[in-house]
Amino acid sequence: MAIATDAAPHTDARPHRAKSERPVHLKRTAGEKTFSVINYAVFALFALICAYPFYYLIINSISANDISALGDVRFFPVGFHLSNYAQVFQLQGLTLATAVSVARTVLGTVGTVLASAFLGFMFTQERMWGRAFWYRFTVITMYFSAGLIPVFLIIKGLGLTNNFWVYVIPFLVQPFNIILVKTFVESMPRSMQEAAEMDGANILQVFFRVYLPNMTPILATVAIFSAVAQWNMFQDTLIYITDQSLYTLQYLLYMFINQANSLATAAQNAAGGNLSAIASSATSQTPTSIQMTVAVVVVLPIIFIYPLFQRFFVKGIMLGAVKG
Amino acid sequence: MTTQAVLQEVASSERVITSRRKRRRDPSRSRSKKSFTMFLCIVPFVVLVFVFSYLPLYGWIFSLYDYQPALGLKGSQFVGLQWFQMLVSSPTQMAQIGQVLINTLAMSFLGIATSFLPIVFAVFLNEVKSGWFRNVVQTLTTLPNFISWVLVYMIAFSMFSSSGLVNSVLTDSGLITTPIKFLDSDSHVWLTMLLWSLWKGLGWGAIIYLAAITGIDPALYESAKIDGAGRFQLMRYITIPQLMPTYVVLLMLSVANLLNNGMDQYYVFHNAFNMQHIQVLDLYVYMVGLTGNNLSLATAIGMLKSVISVILLITVNLIAKRVRGTSII
Repeated sequence: MAIATDAAPHTDARPHRAKSERPVHLKRTAGEKTFSVINYAVFALFALICAYPFYYLIINSISANDISALGDVRFFPVGFHLSNYAQVFQLQGLTLATAVSVARTVLGTVGTVLASAFLGFMFTQERMWGRAFWYRFTVITMYFSAGLIPVFLIIKGLGLTNNFWVYVIPFLVQPFNIILVKTFVESMPRSMQEAAEMDGANILQVFFRVYLPNMTPILATVAIFSAVAQWNMFQDTLIYITDQSLYTLQYLLYMFINQANSLATAAQNAAGGNLSAIASSATSQTPTSIQMTVAVVVVLPIIFIYPLFQRFFVKGIMLGAVKG
Repeated sequence: MTTQAVLQEVASSERVITSRRKRRRDPSRSRSKKSFTMFLCIVPFVVLVFVFSYLPLYGWIFSLYDYQPALGLKGSQFVGLQWFQMLVSSPTQMAQIGQVLINTLAMSFLGIATSFLPIVFAVFLNEVKSGWFRNVVQTLTTLPNFISWVLVYMIAFSMFSSSGLVNSVLTDSGLITTPIKFLDSDSHVWLTMLLWSLWKGLGWGAIIYLAAITGIDPALYESAKIDGAGRFQLMRYITIPQLMPTYVVLLMLSVANLLNNGMDQYYVFHNAFNMQHIQVLDLYVYMVGLTGNNLSLATAIGMLKSVISVILLITVNLIAKRVRGTSII
């Protein structure tokens, strides 16, 4: 960066040395050094506040349940055991909900990415009939909504309530993603298309063979956004789904938080009512232990995948923000 | 996020269309045929947009009926503006709607009042020179953005419930004897909601500004330094002014979204104790329509909300055109 002038912040003492070694305009005043220290400290604190809750959930899900229920597991796991996970995966509906969540994430993401790529590309085709109009027609939907109830009634009328496809179809066309892709395509050389057309390719061939393979950076960004959105979506299950076999993990987690008392019973039933199997108080399920374990099951995919893909979406945002 | 780029793209989309391609050699008939074939490729998607975004507008007509799902629209009674009158006629209804509006506006204005924080975050993080430290901070502070509100609530629950971490720490240290009801209390709901939004969104909100900072012309800093500007002066006279255009666009968008604060956050945090101050318009529409089963009244409220939002958007857009010379839509 342009204002990167100084070294690490721990070179706090010995101002005389700094003065002799650095060009005059690079020297740091005492105020600037204090600022640096405070700055680092504040960011470290905020990062800790953001990260600790996740750590807290994880250490509690593998700690002795009786201690964890009192809120006494704070920094390290106490009485390590994994039986919470064994129990939770026997809970009725959890495996199915995981499958539904995974399915909607995969199908929804693939669908949204393909639709965004295709529409983003097509909207750069100036020859297309009514391009300007259809582009506006699509993009303007970012700014208005008929409201919850009319949309609900349409979805109901289409037979999409209690239907898995309600998780996928309404999300296919995302104006925001389309604009991202369109901006990206416009920055690609037009001669690619002209060369392909010279060789006799039609518009679909141009898209699939020439442009799609070259859009990966922006499509990775779109994919991460929609995968995270799909995995986290909660409202649509709440509104459109009453059939238990279509519940998602998020919805199940919400129900588990709200039905704390019936949970311990559920866990006992899952253990086959065999009381000796859950006799040890350290590993017997409590509502808290189940909630936290399910929460970890929901959050782990994000924690694992997210750092791997972070560079993609940061880059994607750079593409959008800096260019614009 | 990339909102600024997106908006500018939308604003500038028109000027591209008339250029370049006009002088193609193709005979016009085969051209228009090809051009229509291309349109046919996107028809399925246009239909989707129409069905999920435009067709529901027809549903506004339900606000004029006493809509009974079992009877359908034909069987339901036409009541004209009865629902709209009802909204303003009964004092209890007025009081309820008033409270909901106050909550909605309060949450929105708290959001707007703190909308400068991501800039502060970005500017100060930019002052951190250690690369790994920046990366770690950025990774950890954007993480909460990627979890759902249900999980946020789970975290709140595990840390702030009566047997949760915070109460346990406070009891052990002797500061309190009975657990504090953080989640089941009606006081400070607006504040706690704001704090959770900040926890979830601050690091992410800063990303666009961090991106914008990397786009600032280094020559500006160089010349300022030659003129003797110190670190704080660079921040104050170069970095922050350069971020202002982005900030203004996002600010205007949030003004246009004054009434849309979504319902996920408030839905997961609501309970019998804090309902009075947590209920925002979107949650209220859900409660009236789908829990309370009064679809027509909920449609009427949602309709008013949508109309006001569009008016706000157009107004903000006009102001933007006046003041900045560019529109945001």
